[in-house]
Amino acid sequence: MNKVYNNRAWWLILPMLLLVAFSAVIPLMTVVNYSVQDVFDANTRFFTGTEWFEVMLNDPALQAAVLRQFAFSLTVLAIEVPLGIGIALIMPKKGWQASAVLILVTMPLLIPWNVVGSIWQIFTRGDIGLMGWSLRELGYGYNITSSPVDAWATIILMDVWHWTPLIALLCFSGLRSIPDAYYQAARIDRASKWAVFRYIQLPKLTNVLVIGVLLRFMHSFMIYAEPFVLTGGGPGSSTTFLSQSLTTMAIGQQDLGPSAAFSLIYFLIILLVTWVFYTAIMNMQKDDKIQEA
Amino acid sequence: MAEITLKSLAHTYLSDPRSPEDYAIREMDHVWHQGGAYALLGPSGCGKSTLLNIISGLLEPSSGEVLFDGEVVNALPPEARNIAQVFQFPVIYDTMTVYDNLAFPLRNVKTPEARVHERVMEVAEVLELTAQLKRKAKNLTADEKQKVSMGRGLVREDVSAILFDEPLTVIDPQLKWKLRRKLKEIHQRFEITMVYVTHDQLEASTFADKIAVMYEGQVVQFGTPRELFERPNHTFVGYFIGSPGMNFLEVVTQDGRVMAGDTELAVGQGVHDAVAQARSTNVKLGIRPEFIEVHAEAVEDGMQAHVDHAQDLGTYSIVYLTLGGIPLKARIEEDQPTPTGKAWLRFPDERIGLYIDEFRVEIDHE
Repeated sequence: MNKVYNNRAWWLILPMLLLVAFSAVIPLMTVVNYSVQDVFDANTRFFTGTEWFEVMLNDPALQAAVLRQFAFSLTVLAIEVPLGIGIALIMPKKGWQASAVLILVTMPLLIPWNVVGSIWQIFTRGDIGLMGWSLRELGYGYNITSSPVDAWATIILMDVWHWTPLIALLCFSGLRSIPDAYYQAARIDRASKWAVFRYIQLPKLTNVLVIGVLLRFMHSFMIYAEPFVLTGGGPGSSTTFLSQSLTTMAIGQQDLGPSAAFSLIYFLIILLVTWVFYTAIMNMQKDDKIQEA
Repeated sequence: MAEITLKSLAHTYLSDPRSPEDYAIREMDHVWHQGGAYALLGPSGCGKSTLLNIISGLLEPSSGEVLFDGEVVNALPPEARNIAQVFQFPVIYDTMTVYDNLAFPLRNVKTPEARVHERVMEVAEVLELTAQLKRKAKNLTADEKQKVSMGRGLVREDVSAILFDEPLTVIDPQLKWKLRRKLKEIHQRFEITMVYVTHDQLEASTFADKIAVMYEGQVVQFGTPRELFERPNHTFVGYFIGSPGMNFLEVVTQDGRVMAGDTELAVGQGVHDAVAQARSTNVKLGIRPEFIEVHAEAVEDGMQAHVDHAQDLGTYSIVYLTLGGIPLKARIEEDQPTPTGKAWLRFPDERIGLYIDEFRVEIDHE
């Protein structure tokens, strides 16, 4: 077939370009603008170049927040993904039980972030909270306002409670799409339960898991409202994640230049990690094709 | 290696079956002999796949027994029956290579790796998969994938039987033929009992030595392709086998004549007597389109029919006729003249089948 080359076709992407410009590039540009200037008031400003970026990258408090953020995101991913798969595997497949379990599992996903924070704030209180009170009665001096370990564990537990259902739902739908013949063939091949999971279910879940991991990584990396309501970032700064640091800087201290620089760095980290992850997965599949050639 | 016996087997998917129609498999007895190549032929929904799944153990029959070499295996799960099954859509383990796919059933039973290698290489060679062994199974074409799923069945040496559930559905027509020949070859080489489910009579008759035709949950005839063609046991077999299917004429005797509609049929005394003795109101005479003699000119004892139209299929034509208000199809070879308007038909006596209540009754021509 003869391929027609006509560079005027590039004009066809103009509407998309405009849309993206107004929805993303132009708003982002205002942040870029602030990140390279020191603004005093409406009429007084100085060009600072990369100074704010250098300051931000060398700020020990922010470096700590980045590490904390990665630790948090990786921990919740490490718990939520296997747990979500596990829940999807044991969820009933048909009948009214399937619908009932589906609704129960979905419930946490429907609760707004702030409300989740409040629920857990009350839940973990030592005097009236069911969990806080029970743990104290059991003899453990549980206190999220004074113990960083308790605070961390509680935030992770809260995130797992809130977001594991997303992974479970994605996997459940992925599992439902596997034809019965695969399971029948596996029985005839005398495959063990583990082999069925490893060679049939898991490969068929790859696509939904890529989406699930990406969503969960981005979400958890941007987490703000839940820990803010629950612990306020404390005790000390032990649960202060990136979003909260940024908010304090931009809204609390009105440091527009540094926070703009910091926003860009924050954005680039998320972009970089998701890109690396996605490319790595895609390359894994591409390698197969090269092997074949 | 096994002889598979089905003893008063019946199956229903309902918890409270009331009538025979509620059964996917109606009570039946059947024997698949060791080493035979069998086809299970029938239209969609006649219970072929159900029967296959009962043999492999994926389904437990509602009643009756399945025996392998005389031993009841009803309670045994498929993994204990040592049977291989190839499904309509190729089932392969995506992330494994072709080699690992073939090795999978052996590794699952902890076969020594040296033996695994030996078997995999042997099976790969038979199936012409040697060149693909290192490739990921995911990237194979549909027919290669189907060969891999077949290979997983063959790789186990002690396999009792291989069951095929319409395995060529997703294969391109020109490859179908090749793969079918491969199956025959494998059958001859390994002498494994093979049961092949299909709704395609051509596929069934090229693969199998004996065909079981299923209709509404029953095996209505079990015989060689030739028997099915020449002496269909049931009107359904006559209609389902052959292209086009058998012609059936509802007949009664009136004043010593055999009448089909308002036309007298010119048939021999034997046929006449047999029709006259029938004690049912459902009496039919069947004749294959291939066996109807069609003459363009009037002949002695010829029944005059009206020619509706003819369909030229290259080496032969199908002529659509009406005889006494009953539509008939006849097949004539290309060297014969195609009649137009009117035609004179003769039914050779020995080619006529008598069907009483849909089942064949032998005619005594003496």
